[in-house]
Amino acid sequence: MSKAGLIAARLLQIVPTFLLIGVVVFVLARLLPGDPVSAMLGDRASDEAVNRLRQQMGLDRTIFEQFAIFLENAVRGDFGTSIAFRVPVTSVIAERLPVTLALTGLATLIALGLAVPLAFVAGLNANRWPDFLIRSVFQVGLSSPVFYVGLILLTVFAAWFRWFPVGGYGEGVADILWHLLLPAVTLALSFAAVIMRNLRASVLEVLNAEFVDFARAKGLSRRVILTRHVLRNALISTVTLVGLHAGSLLGGAVITESVFAVPGMGRLMVDSIFARDYPMIQALTLILAVVVSLAFLVTDLVQMALDPRVAR
Amino acid sequence: MTERPQPILEVRDLRVRFATSRGEVRAVDGVNLALAPGDTLGLVGESGSGKSVTLRAILRLLRSNATTTGEARWRGQDLLAMPEKRLRALRGREIAMIFQEPMSALNPVIPIGVQIAESLQAHTALDAAGRRRRAIELLDLVGIPSAAQRLAGYPHEFSGGMRQRAMIAIALAAEPKLLLADEPTTALDVTIQDQILKLLLRLSRELGMAMVLVTHDLGVVAETCERVSVMYAGRVVETGPVDRVFTAPGHAYTDALLRSMPHGGVARAPLRPIPGLPPRLDRPLQGCPFTPRCAYAEGRCGAEAPPFAPVAPGQEAACWASDRLARREVPA
Repeated sequence: MSKAGLIAARLLQIVPTFLLIGVVVFVLARLLPGDPVSAMLGDRASDEAVNRLRQQMGLDRTIFEQFAIFLENAVRGDFGTSIAFRVPVTSVIAERLPVTLALTGLATLIALGLAVPLAFVAGLNANRWPDFLIRSVFQVGLSSPVFYVGLILLTVFAAWFRWFPVGGYGEGVADILWHLLLPAVTLALSFAAVIMRNLRASVLEVLNAEFVDFARAKGLSRRVILTRHVLRNALISTVTLVGLHAGSLLGGAVITESVFAVPGMGRLMVDSIFARDYPMIQALTLILAVVVSLAFLVTDLVQMALDPRVAR
Repeated sequence: MTERPQPILEVRDLRVRFATSRGEVRAVDGVNLALAPGDTLGLVGESGSGKSVTLRAILRLLRSNATTTGEARWRGQDLLAMPEKRLRALRGREIAMIFQEPMSALNPVIPIGVQIAESLQAHTALDAAGRRRRAIELLDLVGIPSAAQRLAGYPHEFSGGMRQRAMIAIALAAEPKLLLADEPTTALDVTIQDQILKLLLRLSRELGMAMVLVTHDLGVVAETCERVSVMYAGRVVETGPVDRVFTAPGHAYTDALLRSMPHGGVARAPLRPIPGLPPRLDRPLQGCPFTPRCAYAEGRCGAEAPPFAPVAPGQEAACWASDRLARREVPA
C-alpha cells in the first residue's frame, strides 16, 4: 500500500474510535451512582418538578433515543448545561482546554529537551560516571510522586525565592509561560525519566547494531554516524513511548493543576466530580479521550515518517 | 616469499583479547598475513577461529572490550597505531569492508541511495548531482537492474542477493584498493552465492582491487582465491597458494579439514569428521592448539609450539608433522 493510502486508512480509523469513545462516555454517565435530576433539584423537589426536568433532559425516552440525541448533540458540540456553573458546558471547557493543552505541551517539550540530549550522553558513556550521574538524577525524578515534587518546587521557587507565582494562569504568552513553568516542570520530571531510560536503552542497542559498524567501516565521521544513523533509529521506539504517554500526562495534569491552582481541565474535572456535574464530567471525559486518540494519531504519523518499514 | 612483490597489507603478530565476565579471551593469538596489490587471499577456519575478529581488528572496528596489539601495516603505515582521524580517511577510501548480513549491516531507515552517497561525500569532492550519477553507476556495476529507481528504495525492499549487491556497491563507492569481505555469501542461498562470488572476482579484477575473503567454506576459497591462510584457535596455522594447500597440505589441521569435506581430500575417500572441539581460548595454550584432536600428534606437539616454516615454495605451515602429512597425501 502506498504511503498516502496508509495515512488515509489511519485517518479513517479515527471514526470508529470516536464512536466507541462516545458509547463508553454515554454508558459511563448512566452507570455513575446518583441521579442527575436529584443532583440538580436537590432531595426535596416535588415529583412534578422532577418529572418535568426528566422530560426536559430527555431521560424519559428509550436508551437508544437518548444515545442518538447525545451523539447528535456531541457532533454539534452541544454537551448541555453545566449543573455547577449554570452555563453551557462547552463555553466552560473552551476556556479550560487551551490551558491544559499549553501545560501538557510545555511539559512534553521540557521532558524531551531534558531527556533526549541526556539519554544520548548517558548512552554514549554507558557505565561510566556521566551515565551513572544522569541515571541516578532521573531515578529520583521517576520515583518521586508528582504532588510531592510540585509542593517542593512551589515552596522553594515560589514561596522562598519568589521567582515564580504560587499559582494561577497569566495573560499573554510570556506571562502564561511564567505561570506554567513550575507546574510544567513538575509534570515533565517523571515523563522525562521514562523517556530518558527508554532512549538510553535504544541508543545502546543501536550503537551495537551492525549498521553502525558498517558506517564506521565506510569512514564516516562520528557526527554523521551519531546524527544520521544512531539518533533516528533510536528515536523510533521513543516516539511511540511519548505518544502512549499522552494519557498519563493528562492524568498527571489533574494533580499538577490542583497543586498549582492552574485553571485547566484537570482541576475542572476534580471540581466537577465533587459537584456531581454530570454533563461536565461527560463532556470532559469525551474531550480528553479525543485528545488522547489524536495524540496516538500524530504518533503513528510521525512513526511512519521515521520508519519506512512501517509503511508495508 | 622472496619472489612475491612488496605487500600492500602486512599483518604482524596481531593479537586481540576480549575482556569478558568470565575472564580474558584470546580471540586472535599472533596472526601474520601478507597481501600483494590485486591479490585475493582466502581466510578460512571454523566458527570462533578468529577470522572475522582479525578483519575487524585491521580496521579497528572492535568494541571497547577488545585489546588489540601487533601491527597491521597498510603501505608501510601501521593502521593500529595511527590517529583515529587518519584511519577514518583510509576506511572506505582505500580499505573497504563488507559484512555477512546485509540486512543488519545496512541502515533500515535510510534509502540505499543515501547510504551510497554518504560514502561518496566522505571520500570524494563530488557534488550532490555527481554523487547521484555515481551511485547509479555503482548499482549498475554490481548488477542491480533499473538502478536509478532503486536509489530511493530501502533495504527491506531488496531481496537478499540484491541487498548484498547494494552493500558491495557502497563498499566500492570510493574505489578502494583492498576489500575485506567477511563471509559475504554465507547468508545467501547457493545460486545467489555463486553470483555474488563471481561478481566480487570480476570487480576485483576490473578495479585492480586486492581482497581478503573470510569464509568457512573451502569450496568458495578454491573457486575464488589465489592464496589461502588457514586459521585455528586464533592463529594462522598454514598459508600458501590455494592449489598447493588444498592438494598437499602442510598442517595436520588443514589435512583433517580437507578430509572432512566432500571432494576435499583424496578421491573416493570416506568423509572423516574431526573429533572433539576447538580449545577454549580463555587460557594460554601450550604447544600446538590442534594437538588434542590431531591424528598425527606426537610428544612435543603438546609441549612446544611448532615454528612457522616453509614446506614448499610459497607455502608455510606451523606443524611438526608436515613431512609425514606429505607422504600420506600420495594416494596408494
